[in-house]
Amino acid sequence: MSTLNNEINAVVSMNRIDKKFYELKQKGLKAMIPFITAGDPSLDVTVELVFKMEEGGADIIEIGIPYSDPLADGPIIQASSTRALKNGTKIDNIMDAVKKIRQKSEIPLVYLVYYNSIFKYGIERFVNEAKESGIDGLIIPDLPLEERKDIKEISEKYGIYLIPLVAPTSKERIKNICESGKGFVYCVSTKGVTGIRNSIETDIKEYMRIVSEYTNMPKAIGFGISGPDMAKRFAPYCDGIIVGSAIVKMINDSRSKEEIYDNVKKFIYSIKEAI
Amino acid sequence: MIGRFGKFGGQYVPETIMSALIELENEFYKAMKDENFINDYKYYLKEYSGRPTPLYYAENLSKRLGGAKIYLKREDLNHTGAHKINNVLGQILLARRMGKKKVIAETGAGQHGVATATGAAMFDMECEIFMGEEDIKRQSLNVFRMKLLGAKVTPVKTGTGTLKDAVNEAIRNWVTNIDDTFYVMGSVVGPHPYPMMVRDFQRIIGDEAREQIISKENRLPDYIVACVGGGSNSMGIFYPFINDSSVKLIGVEAAGLGIDTDKHAATMAKGSIGVLHGMMTYLLQDDDGQIMPVYSISAGLDYPGVGPEHSYLKDSGRAQYVYATDEEALSAFMDLSQIEGIIPALESAHAVAYAMKLASKLSKDNIIIVNLSGRGDKDVNTVANVLGVEL
Repeated sequence: MSTLNNEINAVVSMNRIDKKFYELKQKGLKAMIPFITAGDPSLDVTVELVFKMEEGGADIIEIGIPYSDPLADGPIIQASSTRALKNGTKIDNIMDAVKKIRQKSEIPLVYLVYYNSIFKYGIERFVNEAKESGIDGLIIPDLPLEERKDIKEISEKYGIYLIPLVAPTSKERIKNICESGKGFVYCVSTKGVTGIRNSIETDIKEYMRIVSEYTNMPKAIGFGISGPDMAKRFAPYCDGIIVGSAIVKMINDSRSKEEIYDNVKKFIYSIKEAI
Repeated sequence: MIGRFGKFGGQYVPETIMSALIELENEFYKAMKDENFINDYKYYLKEYSGRPTPLYYAENLSKRLGGAKIYLKREDLNHTGAHKINNVLGQILLARRMGKKKVIAETGAGQHGVATATGAAMFDMECEIFMGEEDIKRQSLNVFRMKLLGAKVTPVKTGTGTLKDAVNEAIRNWVTNIDDTFYVMGSVVGPHPYPMMVRDFQRIIGDEAREQIISKENRLPDYIVACVGGGSNSMGIFYPFINDSSVKLIGVEAAGLGIDTDKHAATMAKGSIGVLHGMMTYLLQDDDGQIMPVYSISAGLDYPGVGPEHSYLKDSGRAQYVYATDEEALSAFMDLSQIEGIIPALESAHAVAYAMKLASKLSKDNIIIVNLSGRGDKDVNTVANVLGVEL
């Protein structure tokens, strides 16, 4: 009885990300993790889109903070960042938008954010405000293990998760990278930048086998995933699928807000069904 | 800390690149301890690029100004017309040693692109140069030179279409082709080990200048003046003098239309600390860390960051950073052409402009060395435009 209580207490006090993966595992399901750029086409749409994606079956949502020089991103997300910045999207406003989401939803939220946005805003100020707004984790694509010391201490202090990223080139680095992070491991599918790909040349099965050798954390695969077919092929080897560019493109190709919500929700549903 | 100059530098890059940077660092250290590698590097500097470059006493200019003696370190006399080839020869030899068959590079004014295309042609490597769309328009002559040398020139349309965006695109290409491609970084910027490696391949400028001034004047100079975009020519000439505390080191940034306008590239004068292109350094950025558009008449100085070692030299007070406007650079460009018969690159003209101001305030016993980092042939179209002359 007391063991069960302990387990229940542990789940209740968990970070929303841990809780989500725990629940999914109980049900034998995989996480569907969509990415959208905050402020593209507007922050109001961003907020509403989170709710629609949750309805469509999204499990964790990545909110991209637009940046002028997104090194890890391909043309689709670059253009999306540029549009969001042209709309005057500022970090302060994104934090406010996240608060609005949190009033209605408990879905785990992570920021995809380049390090300079955090550094210039002030590391502690950023982490504190992100946590206060209701953000559960940070994915920082240009901050490798070697540069994580400062933000690691601060994020631990505020209880926000630093999501570790590994790549097919990481090999023996995987162990230390995973030990330094929390939540889930973001497994970059391929050498390259984000974008919609027809195929991925990496041997995903072997890659995920290597990652699993080094860590017990849930593993999510991202970069290049174009839709349900590819997601279905990768799903057996991981705990979650991350889709960014395909959704961002769909948002930009839609002609009205209603069309955006409708298209994206259906797309999310189709991937969730596939995995 | 490894890879840092005080708090500056570091490796702020996607994880995919990290193993390649670690390999590059190890191979670089090994090569620099290998006598054969050093001999090869020195051989090509001498026989191919024409080093050592002269340290020329600009007697006419010095006398006209009536102050300090001005010496010009003639990097413009290198093969391909600028100091960029020093670093390219080092990196291409390293790429060859590492068995790489393809090199990529970014370029602003086109000088580094031309140098890389040249090295790739000689060593029979595939070469792709990333260049901002705006810079392609400004430097069409260099674009054609790169193509003549067999390189592929890929226009970069993202962002502001200048050097900063060309670096982004080159890094993105590198992440994608990390196994067989060597990224020849053109300045003392980027993630470690690039700032250190490029400095070590450019320090030949300062090593020669130090020997030459001692042999001509039997003493060290009072000032060294060099222009700073990313900062490779300045770091190259500063570095061997760093421990000579009597030698004042002055970097000259591009003030464009003035540092109180929004059209300049004076990173040290107006910037704040941040992270760009894999390094922590001074940057021109807004409160959210968005990198701001920069401007200079010279495409080579049109960069919103600066090499991390320069940031360190600034904060430690060892070097001083000043600026010259478009107008001052143009005026120095004309003066040097007419008084000394040397047409300088617009980049280098910024250093000349500041040195002329400085020299006239000093006595005849003082000595200034100006790093004349490149020749101005590539800039004649730009200058003709400004003067309203049709070519």
